[in-house]
Amino acid sequence: MWRTSGMRIVQAVPLLLFVSALTFFLQLFIPGDAARSIGGLTASPQAIAALRHRLHLDQPVWERYWAWLKDAVHGDLGRSISNNEAVAGTLNTRLGVTLSLVIATTLLALVVGVVLGMASVRGGRTTRLAADSASIAGMTIPAFWVGLLGIWVFNTRFDLLPANGYVFFGTSAGGWARSLVLPVAALAFALVTVIAKQTREQFADVLGRDFVRNLRANGVSERSILFKHSLRHVSVTVLTVAGNNLIGLLGSAVVIEELFGLPGLGSAAVTAASSGDIPVIQGVAVYFTLIVVGLNLLLDLAIGWLNPQAVAA
Amino acid sequence: MSTPQVPFVRRALGRPRITVPAVILVLELIASFGASWLAPYPPQQADFTAALSGPSAKHLLGTDRLGRDVLSRLMYGGADTFREIAIAVLITLVIAVPLGLVAGLRRGRIDAVLMRMADVVMSIPGIILLLIVLALFSQSMTAAMVVIGLLSVPGMMRVVRSASLTVGRETYVAAARVSGLGTWRVARRHVLPRITGLILVNAALACANTLLIAAGINAIGLGVKPPAPSWGGMMADAAQTLNQSLWLAIPTGGLVAVTAAALIVLGDGLRDTLAERWSGTSHATTTRRRTAVATTAAAAAAPQSDDAWLLAEPHPVVRLTKVTVTAETEHGEVELISDVSLAVGQGRTVGLVGESGCGKSMTGLALLGLLPNGARVSSGTVEIDGVDVGPYGPAQWRELRGGTIAFISQEPMVGLDPLFTIGQLLREAVRTHEKLSRKEATLRARELLEQVQLPDPDRVLKLRPSQISGGMAQRVSIAVALAGRPRILVADEPTTALDVTVQREIVQLLRTIQRDTGMALLMISHDWDVIAEACDTALVMYAGQVVEAGPTERVMTAPLHPYTRKLLAANPRLATVGEPIPTIPGTVPPPGQWPVGCHFADRCPDRVARCTEAPIALTQPDDQGVARCVLVGDELGEELLEVSS
Repeated sequence: MWRTSGMRIVQAVPLLLFVSALTFFLQLFIPGDAARSIGGLTASPQAIAALRHRLHLDQPVWERYWAWLKDAVHGDLGRSISNNEAVAGTLNTRLGVTLSLVIATTLLALVVGVVLGMASVRGGRTTRLAADSASIAGMTIPAFWVGLLGIWVFNTRFDLLPANGYVFFGTSAGGWARSLVLPVAALAFALVTVIAKQTREQFADVLGRDFVRNLRANGVSERSILFKHSLRHVSVTVLTVAGNNLIGLLGSAVVIEELFGLPGLGSAAVTAASSGDIPVIQGVAVYFTLIVVGLNLLLDLAIGWLNPQAVAA
Repeated sequence: MSTPQVPFVRRALGRPRITVPAVILVLELIASFGASWLAPYPPQQADFTAALSGPSAKHLLGTDRLGRDVLSRLMYGGADTFREIAIAVLITLVIAVPLGLVAGLRRGRIDAVLMRMADVVMSIPGIILLLIVLALFSQSMTAAMVVIGLLSVPGMMRVVRSASLTVGRETYVAAARVSGLGTWRVARRHVLPRITGLILVNAALACANTLLIAAGINAIGLGVKPPAPSWGGMMADAAQTLNQSLWLAIPTGGLVAVTAAALIVLGDGLRDTLAERWSGTSHATTTRRRTAVATTAAAAAAPQSDDAWLLAEPHPVVRLTKVTVTAETEHGEVELISDVSLAVGQGRTVGLVGESGCGKSMTGLALLGLLPNGARVSSGTVEIDGVDVGPYGPAQWRELRGGTIAFISQEPMVGLDPLFTIGQLLREAVRTHEKLSRKEATLRARELLEQVQLPDPDRVLKLRPSQISGGMAQRVSIAVALAGRPRILVADEPTTALDVTVQREIVQLLRTIQRDTGMALLMISHDWDVIAEACDTALVMYAGQVVEAGPTERVMTAPLHPYTRKLLAANPRLATVGEPIPTIPGTVPPPGQWPVGCHFADRCPDRVARCTEAPIALTQPDDQGVARCVLVGDELGEELLEVSS
């Protein structure tokens, strides 16, 4: 377990370097003038010149990257072009929002997905058809649209839940939970179908294994076979699947934060992307990479706890 | 390539799973790219008097906040959407397919390097690259699509790689490579046609995925230049006016979902149709069905077997009387074991011997009430402790299992749940049968490990199945089986996976346990040494039937049935060094393909005309057992048999 975790942490360093380098070296491909491209066609020549100087666009890109990297090691991710605030400071206050959203979604999707998957294991033709349709629905219905319909039902039609904004946990735990219900549900929809499908297939697989037949042959109850033995095996796979889906989940989280007006990393990145605030996006790139590495680490620990063999192997 | 194309297209057109999504997509494409001719209104034409109206004859899909026609805007936005999808997916395919083919067919270093690169790309949070590119390239969707296309390369490459790995190992492809065809020629001629279906499915998934990402980007206001219409942008419009009307959200989001679903269903359908080209024809199934019917009909006409000897057991713990097990298959009801009788008395050991596929394990599972799905005891009775268990439900069976009848299996390593410690597994087994505290259960678990003569039980309790040897694991399996103090143990090839010295120890252990507890044992094995050492009585099974039975020593020294003699001769341990191990030519016919007469006739050296005419009954020539052979109990025939042996 410690070895896998160690590997993840060690591998995170080159990954961070790679992602941050990408964010810099992509600028090499911009046709024409980066400052004009960022500043927009309406900016005056003076403004463009000022922007070029502030972004150090008058220096070669590797020098800029090196300077950024030296600061980043000390926790300084530069300053925003729009409001000159320290990027790291701004993003730190937003990190909790995105983490709440992503972690709550993963947990909800795991619980609901596994329950639905288990419920459909023993089903016949109709259940199989329903399960297959649900799985296609999960792959095809945009999270934004699920959120939209959720808002209409639970906010516009029946005023049960907030459709916009975020309440910090410190302000009110209940408000925090209520502000997350709709975004989390919209974000979890696709993941639930993925996990339910995996659960279903894995259960069918595990229940056909020799040890299950032996447990049955020696009188162990079906309940123990299902919930103690098989579920543990299935959980290992399902947690792996959840880990593989983290990157996609972050992508949808950006859209969902924007729809529900959540002040997270995603909406900061979206605002920055529309105003050309490159330092902020570069900062979010670092935070997103760390989130993916960190959550995968947690999932690895959970998998290692469920399956100590994985550690030995 | 051109010859199979015609039937393929025709076959594809006959399937709603292909035609329905194909028609939807074609209509969407026509409407999108022909929007300037077909759309009822220009995309920007506002009509403030009809803002946010629902569907009507004038506006089929209603209007938005500015009174613009939703249908027209969706049509105009569609062209961009499809163009964007095409850019991203073409980039993915053009890069990923060749790389995947090279990695899968060349293997070695180039494969390792490519896979490592794929891992790195797959761990980049893609959304952030999209946002940067949109910021740097003035919100260009084309630039964004290039990024999506590149980010999808590793996933597609892996799929192509693993598929071409599999295809590349097949004989004819390997032969083509040995004969000197280069990787590219092999890939194009032999591999690519085989994996087209798989590529299509994944390309369809990539299309759907790109569509969702593009719509998502536009929905959050990036990559669009209002008032130009886009599907995602129209979802955003719907979000803004949700307080006033839900309607706008329905056609916009709905269209995205329907298009994505059509792509995925179409991909699946094309793959399945393509796959049929490579699977067997439907011809083989019909012939097989005919054989199955013949077997069932023959079984009905089977003569009465004389199985008194098999059932002559004064104190039977279990008794099977003329048990036939059938399974529902796609070729109809097929017999798995036929007319099997046996009885195992207290403290006695009965051996079931025969090649694999003869129905030995199925007999054991019938005894445990654990027949595989679709299989059932269709005639005959199973009695345990004198009670017919035919009508037993799951709860009653559970009561019996472990407590009265227990089981150990062939592969001890896969027979134990690998995620639990031996202690956890044993404690569970113990507490299934006795109400004990955790502490008491541990003590009993320790006792069981001592009973199976495992040294250092306290240490073993803390280990997991992967941390012990095969022999130890089989002892643990026996301990688990003994936890409920069973009166009979079914041991299915308990020594096959173990090496020779350990085999003997396990057989000895089972004998000792029997001596101490009076437990009965049904030993399933193909190994005559195990049968000789462990069993009082031996039953030889062939293709679902008992073909011979008798006291072990008599069966092994004076076999009656030609199959028994062949099987004894094929014992590898009796082979002379330097000479080939004798084998029985041919194979055991599988269930459903049993001949009408003697099941062994095809492989039998002593076959006569009578063998294949009608089903053969068990006959009892003397008090030393029974045999299912026309030549046994027939003076002329026995002479024949003697000559041939």
